[in-house]
Amino acid sequence: MADLVSLAVKAIFVENLALSFFLGMCTFIAVSKKIATAIGLGISVMVVQVITVPTNNVILNYLLKPGALSWAGFPDVDLTFLGLISYIGVIAAMVQIVEMILDKYFPPLYNALGIFLPLITVNCAILGGSLFMVERDYNFSEATVYGISSGFGWALAITAMAGVREKLKYSDVPDGLQGLGITFIIAGLMAMGFMCFSGVML
Amino acid sequence: MSQTKKDLLVDPLVDNNPITLQVLGICSALAVTSSLKVAAVMALAVIAVTGFSSMSISVLRNHIPTSIRIIVQMTIIASLVILVDQILKAFAYEISKTLSVFVGLIITNCIVMGRAEAFAMKNPPVASFLDGVGNGLGYGLLLLVVGVVRELFGAGSLFGITIFETINNGGWYVPNGLLLLPPSAFFIIGLLIWCVRTWKPTQVEEREHRIQTIEEH
Repeated sequence: MADLVSLAVKAIFVENLALSFFLGMCTFIAVSKKIATAIGLGISVMVVQVITVPTNNVILNYLLKPGALSWAGFPDVDLTFLGLISYIGVIAAMVQIVEMILDKYFPPLYNALGIFLPLITVNCAILGGSLFMVERDYNFSEATVYGISSGFGWALAITAMAGVREKLKYSDVPDGLQGLGITFIIAGLMAMGFMCFSGVML
Repeated sequence: MSQTKKDLLVDPLVDNNPITLQVLGICSALAVTSSLKVAAVMALAVIAVTGFSSMSISVLRNHIPTSIRIIVQMTIIASLVILVDQILKAFAYEISKTLSVFVGLIITNCIVMGRAEAFAMKNPPVASFLDGVGNGLGYGLLLLVVGVVRELFGAGSLFGITIFETINNGGWYVPNGLLLLPPSAFFIIGLLIWCVRTWKPTQVEEREHRIQTIEEH
């Protein structure tokens, strides 16, 4: 249990997907102008992350790994090279399913998140989460915890960023830095802030 | 090479750079720039993927039903990335270890999808290929510039060859450790954008609010 908590803290703060691995940067920069939309996007990323990381974990362990197909009578088959294409397929399918479920049962939430959901398919944070899960060889419970906490970390980062940018529009920024440039520099400062957590041991 | 084709290749380098102007593809880019060798390999991989994916999508553009085009594009891109990944694992294993998940993340690199969607779906294969390679080069150029700054000032070397003798090895240069850490990439890109936009003022974004100046009487 303790190692799961430490995994979660690590995924949220120390190894924040947005600020220390630069994942999901396109959306991070493009959709962080208003706090409300940033929170909406953050929550949808979290939801999709929580579903896809464990699903991909199951696919990896029972379909792709060397020897994983032994339950079907193919103990020697190694399908790991199909990994990338299956993960992205799962992500695209999951996003579609989440979208349809929300549309049917939670229309207000669907209307709030509507435009962001399709965008999430190409959000590197989602695929990145699954790939880190593969690389670090997480088991199912670790994958679930990692999915929820990395999604939460990303949501936290984009919400904080949106807060800073809402204030920032009243400040006097040099012409060339206006917009994109200053946003990068703020992201850098925030990343430095998040690095302070790296000494935290649990 | 005709003028328009050259434009397709050269335009994305500075005038229409995918990173500094269109904010595409920074996702997987910055983490790999702490050493130049890795940055160069990553740039090559992205150039290959954008070029060939744009070409293949353009060849198939009249046969792809619009309703499922995203998933078709994804499949093509993912197959190409798998190819690149396998080649890297076979011939440059060490580098592919350092790149870790970032090769896989080329799939979700917005440049590849963006060019497929914005250009390759409407244009013939050769033009699309050049456009893809051009945008890949624009990305690669930025990656290399960031890589040079980070490796030269962070570790005193380029491509692993010592340029400034660091103080640990008995030299004179005190390496700036910050440049090897993730946040520095943000600063360097931010400053680069500043430079590019000072050079090309048309790229400057409009302010949302003007600071009002009070006239003195």
